[in-house]
Amino acid sequence: MSNNIILISGNELRRLFKSPLAWIIFSVVQFLVAIFFYMPLMTYLQPGSVASGLTNNVVSTMYGFAAYIILIISPLLTMRLFAEERQLGTIKLLFSSPISITELVLGKFFGIVIFYILIIAMITLMPASLLFGATLDLGQILSSIIGLCLLATTLVAIGLFFSSLTTSPVIAAVNTYGILFLLLLIKIAASNSSERTAEIFTYLSLDKHYDNFLNGIFNTIDLFYYITLSVFFICLCIWRLDIERVYK
Amino acid sequence: MIENKPLVSVNQLTRFYGKVCAIKDISFDINRGEILGLLGPNGAGKSTTMQIISGVLSANSGSVSIAGYDIQDSPKLAKKNIGFLPEQLPLYYDLTIDEYLLYAAKLRGIKKINLKEKIDICKERCGLENLGLRLINNLSKGYKQRVGLAQAIVHTPSIIILDEPTSGLDPKQILEIRELMHELSKNHSIILSTHILSEVETICDRVLIINKGNIVLDQHLKDLLSNKNSLEKTFLHLTENNKKINE
Repeated sequence: MSNNIILISGNELRRLFKSPLAWIIFSVVQFLVAIFFYMPLMTYLQPGSVASGLTNNVVSTMYGFAAYIILIISPLLTMRLFAEERQLGTIKLLFSSPISITELVLGKFFGIVIFYILIIAMITLMPASLLFGATLDLGQILSSIIGLCLLATTLVAIGLFFSSLTTSPVIAAVNTYGILFLLLLIKIAASNSSERTAEIFTYLSLDKHYDNFLNGIFNTIDLFYYITLSVFFICLCIWRLDIERVYK
Repeated sequence: MIENKPLVSVNQLTRFYGKVCAIKDISFDINRGEILGLLGPNGAGKSTTMQIISGVLSANSGSVSIAGYDIQDSPKLAKKNIGFLPEQLPLYYDLTIDEYLLYAAKLRGIKKINLKEKIDICKERCGLENLGLRLINNLSKGYKQRVGLAQAIVHTPSIIILDEPTSGLDPKQILEIRELMHELSKNHSIILSTHILSEVETICDRVLIINKGNIVLDQHLKDLLSNKNSLEKTFLHLTENNKKINE
């Protein structure tokens, strides 16, 4: 079971790194996040700045911004997962091979998750460089990293599902953007509603939970939110591919 | 005991696409070492039948068993015995031939020890010996077809399913592919779909003609040709007739 998952993730990563896409995403993300690392750092270093600590002012700002970048590139990374296999016809190779659909879906999922972990590791090098000359709140940084990983995992699961619905990667990407922005903006709906509904909308919001991680608050409810969402979309994806053989 | 059992047995397959019935109550067996030619006009249900046998699609009713394993109940065991070449070649154009075949071989569950040896044999068989490092995207149509064929035989499956393996090739390449199939038939059973009747006459042992989702002929080629009927006449007669009945 696990062998096949590793095989499929490996192939996914190999094909990603063979195309310029992976490298371009690496460099663009690194460049943009570096700007948002440098700017707060400069503000912090100015004499007389009102600051609540290096970790809070610089590192959390950077991770907060990185989440938005990852959110924007994620559908572009996940759109091809199944849509392209259909377009190329390679889905028939996979379906006629002795691997289960669960292995296939999990393989693809972990392939992209590993890619995100690499991106997050690259980003983390920047705050790590501060350790040479300053003390940081390592707990808060760890919590931010975990939060970002969880957020990325959820984005992959959502993108994976929408990619399994269609033959066209672009349609998969547009659908994924749709649901991601919905989950992002849903907290705006909370401002005009009663307390009870506001609570629900806020809970559903994708980035509210991430804010807690950024502030160093590790709450099981936030963990639960991301894991449930990921598992939900992975299951939907497995079901979708399963019934595709029957109702095509 | 096992020798006498058919390698593939297809039982009353029915498949709908929405309300359109693609195949209806199709049953046939394939024995070891047999080359079965699947013929039929466009849209007759050839590809559907092949895709169901290889587990890409599932049937609405009926069953397929391969080497004794049901493709729905124990898909992993059944699929280990299958090599499938769909009409649209299942190639990753951004990989090299070696990378692609390695992935295909691992997907089919070949053990690590045999991996390199099997891939080398398979490349030699398909005439791809010195091309391992070439990108699939840069190959000509004929060579892409060979790579497609190579992924179907790399794990030496007992049944090879080929959906129009010679379409779009030049006459010389068609001859080469035919020779290869001849070679393969010594150790494997083959199901082959095609529009070219002469192809069936030269390589197949048995002919199955499907029209509008029904089997209209299932006969050994020898018997068919000994009745002084040419394959072409029989084919036209059977598919024509059906048209009139349906109209």
